[in-house]
Amino acid sequence: MADISKEQVKHVAHLARLAVTEEEVEQLTKDLGAIIDYAEQLNELDTDNVEPTTHVMDIKNVMRKDESREWITQEDALKNAPDQKDGQFRVPSILE
Amino acid sequence: MSLFDYTIKELEEKLHNKEITVQDLVDESYNRIKEVDGEVHAFLTLNEEEARARAKELDESPDAAAALFGMPAGIKDNIMTKGLRTTCASQFLDNFEDPLYDATVMEKLAKEKPVTIGKLNMDEFAMGSSNENSSYEPTRNPWNTDYVPGGSSGGSAASVAAGEVLFSLGSDTGGSIRQPAAFCGVVGMKPTYGRVSRFGLVAFASSLDQIGPITRTVEDNARVLEIIAGHDKMDATSANVEVPKYTDALTNDVKGLKIAVPKEYLAEGVNPEVKEAVMNALKVYESLGATWEEVSLTHSKYAVATYYLLSSSEASANLARFDGVRYGVRSENADNMIDMFKKSRSEGFGDEVKRRIMLGTFALSSGYYDAYYKKAQKVRTLIKNDFDKIFEDYDVVLGPTTPTPAFKVGEKIDDPLTMYANDILTIPVNLAGVPGISVPCGFSEEGLPIGLQIIGKHFDESTVYRTAHAFEKATDYHTKRPQDLGGAK
Amino acid sequence: MNFETIIGLEVHVELKTQSKIFSPSVNAFGSEPNTNVNPIDLGYPGTLPILNEEAVNFAMKAAMALNCEIATDTKFDRKNYFYPDNPKAYQISQFDQPIGENGWIEIEVNGKKKKIGITRLHLEEDAGKLTHGDDGYSYVDFNRQGTPLIEIVSEPDMRSPEEAYAYLEKLKNIIQYTGVSDVKMQEGSLRCDANISLRPIGQEEFGTKTELKNLNSFNFVQKGLEFEEKRQEKVLLSGGEILQETRRYDEKTKETILMRVKEGSDDYRYFPEPDLIPLYIDEAWKERIRAEIPELPDARRERYVKELGLSEYDANVLTSSKEMADFFEEAVSNGADVKQASNWLMGEVSAYMNKYYKELHDLAITPEALAKMIKLIEDGTISSKIAKKVFAELVDNGGDPEKIVKEKGLVQISDPEQLKEIVNNVLDENEQSITDYKAGKGKALGFLVGQIMKETKGQANPPMVNKILKEEIEKR
Repeated sequence: MADISKEQVKHVAHLARLAVTEEEVEQLTKDLGAIIDYAEQLNELDTDNVEPTTHVMDIKNVMRKDESREWITQEDALKNAPDQKDGQFRVPSILE
Repeated sequence: MSLFDYTIKELEEKLHNKEITVQDLVDESYNRIKEVDGEVHAFLTLNEEEARARAKELDESPDAAAALFGMPAGIKDNIMTKGLRTTCASQFLDNFEDPLYDATVMEKLAKEKPVTIGKLNMDEFAMGSSNENSSYEPTRNPWNTDYVPGGSSGGSAASVAAGEVLFSLGSDTGGSIRQPAAFCGVVGMKPTYGRVSRFGLVAFASSLDQIGPITRTVEDNARVLEIIAGHDKMDATSANVEVPKYTDALTNDVKGLKIAVPKEYLAEGVNPEVKEAVMNALKVYESLGATWEEVSLTHSKYAVATYYLLSSSEASANLARFDGVRYGVRSENADNMIDMFKKSRSEGFGDEVKRRIMLGTFALSSGYYDAYYKKAQKVRTLIKNDFDKIFEDYDVVLGPTTPTPAFKVGEKIDDPLTMYANDILTIPVNLAGVPGISVPCGFSEEGLPIGLQIIGKHFDESTVYRTAHAFEKATDYHTKRPQDLGGAK
Repeated sequence: MNFETIIGLEVHVELKTQSKIFSPSVNAFGSEPNTNVNPIDLGYPGTLPILNEEAVNFAMKAAMALNCEIATDTKFDRKNYFYPDNPKAYQISQFDQPIGENGWIEIEVNGKKKKIGITRLHLEEDAGKLTHGDDGYSYVDFNRQGTPLIEIVSEPDMRSPEEAYAYLEKLKNIIQYTGVSDVKMQEGSLRCDANISLRPIGQEEFGTKTELKNLNSFNFVQKGLEFEEKRQEKVLLSGGEILQETRRYDEKTKETILMRVKEGSDDYRYFPEPDLIPLYIDEAWKERIRAEIPELPDARRERYVKELGLSEYDANVLTSSKEMADFFEEAVSNGADVKQASNWLMGEVSAYMNKYYKELHDLAITPEALAKMIKLIEDGTISSKIAKKVFAELVDNGGDPEKIVKEKGLVQISDPEQLKEIVNNVLDENEQSITDYKAGKGKALGFLVGQIMKETKGQANPPMVNKILKEEIEKR
């Protein structure tokens, strides 16, 4: 039986950069636990000799030529920025 | 009668004969939206000023060669539209007024000169099966607004069903075109993975997502797909396979067609009314000279678990870019970098999106990767093999699109697993990467539409369309319209 | 207790393709912020990566030059982490199938040769640039985002900071020869992180390592490692414990400073990039790239010693950059004497470059011109002294040495009659010197030669001047 603890939920939330309240942790622990439990049914299948599928299409080597092209301006690049200054995106400092 | 009861071909003729103008078509759209969208909530953003100006422009320079000339279109709000707000129905992108570029499908459409009426409601970031996960007012089912329209392309299906647009684009990751098409009584196609470029489709699960058309008829659907399909250098996963003229495949001839019906698709859990509708459809096919046999999609019962692990894992990475640095809504309550990430994301995302990000992050995390993510990738191989095997002997796979007709608003929203189970018949198709369509095949006692799902071989949309078209020609379900909209109720 | 030092290096090298690895933006250094970007680089929703074939070719070339085995099946993976300069919050990198593995390079320290293993070389995208303002904010420029990058991870084979320095020099040298990167540390096109640990001599097991970051020159790598070596030794000798931590080298205090202690390993949640198609590198592709690799520094050096008869030292200096070696060979193939060409390049040319912080391609002189000038010296047209004047002209303004010599009237005077006349004029004016010379003061001769040279602006043929001067003095 797969169990997920509140501590794990908090750790995963941190990895995913989600702020969660204690209530949310409670709910997520329940929800994720149920989904993971459900997913355990996959263990009924023996997949030792099965190749994983990342791509359904069997193609290889899709590449482009080394050519550059103009696309957007600096103004465009910053158009949707929540905060900007002097042509750069501005973010709060890394320090607390 | 609405102008949108005509097919694209018929409208084209009317335009050509000057019986109507593009401006009439666009008026029809906006009038109908004014009339019913207060109930249906299919639209998130209207493009009215632009669309009307465009209509005028088109009327002044007719172009008979443009395959969608003047046709009013709605676009799911996870498809990037340059200069037109694109939100994915998320508060995080509430202020995303100009996505800077057009999705490839928009560029392809533009060449055929349709008119973009607006952007369509959906479950936030395409995660959901009922549209209740929209962070705006959720879309309702035009047939009965107490019911959900399905999801995630709920707005795309509802807008066509309600006669607000002639056609729409949706996206389908686990059934998000076909399920709402079934719930709303319209035609929805999920093409083969790789058939339509994903460039400009906001990624949910990259290895499963496909854009497809939603229309009232199979013929219109084929016409739109043959325009948006095809190889794109901007999408490495788009196939370099020639696109046939799908409209030429609509021969109305299914004599000798070999249909496989997976017993799992008519098993318990499938509502009797739905089962009956599908059985009736099989009789129609028999009468048209096709044959059918029962087969087994042995691993289909594992599809839902497989799908949720894979799609959530991919989504956890795909949605990580919404960090509040370059676009979107940044939390005003953050004084340091980590806070900015956490608060912007937590304030911007809804519960279901967070739940899936959490599941996906967990499934990929150290110590769990092999047990969950990799295991699911392996089961995906088994599910794909099931289809490959069936398609050695049969032309199409046929079954219901959904186990039940539309459910009531609020009925399943608190139980993720029950909600997920609703996609059990559409998910295997995405996992295998094959094309699937939903066409109307009946109504429940409550008057809600039922969808028939037709699944084809990789890149064989032609046969899927031919099969769907023959059924449509032999039946009249597609001519039925929701009656209670627009103040009558 | 005596300790053995264990060092491993992780080197990132930016590839100088024309466009970025996954987008068609220009790949350039030093532009205005956020001007070499497009929606793909900015991680806009809906955008997809498209792999630049040249980036793969360059990575293969570097891997081959570093004696790596090249993968036949390879792919890209997503490495997930949040940082403001990482626009998708995942970096497209390679996890379990790097493009190159099991390579090595040979270094030489104190006359001893040693092979250093290369664990892997993989291809990935560079991040944007985050700078910290003094206003409490940080700033992001995404120009660098998507620059193709190779990460080269060494085996923990180095046993001293000196060896680490030699490894970096050699690595830079080889990569520079392949032409896939500028390998300029000051521009960030080569960056290095170092792992260092100590273990008691004789012990098999590695000690706990620390990681050094922000090493801005090879010199600082060596100095940082030297400091860290001593610091760890002190900690261990005093019975302390080394913590797994990241430290940076402070150039001012010449110390390493703690950045953060690592708690377990970072969880990057790698998984195969679904937006990119796997690569299959067949033999034909590999051979095509192998054929493009030029002769590498070791092979060249050996050839210069064996075939051209240069000393080990000269061969080493000449092959220290491909540009120098190419220049040298071209001069020689244009007829310059091997020893002369080598002397000029290591002497005047290098001195000029060092003085003005220039590189060979910044100089106006061509290999043909150098060869021609050397020939003019050899055939006596100009003296070595005059040649310096010619060189000064060539290095700044270029041109044809013969023309310069003619136009500036620098041709050596070797006509005996003309010289005789000049000598006698000088002698007439310096009777005292003749007397001095005859009285056995050898110095007087030097003075006379000087006067003659002055008279001829240095153009008189020195051996002839000596000979004629002595003859003419005898006659008096």
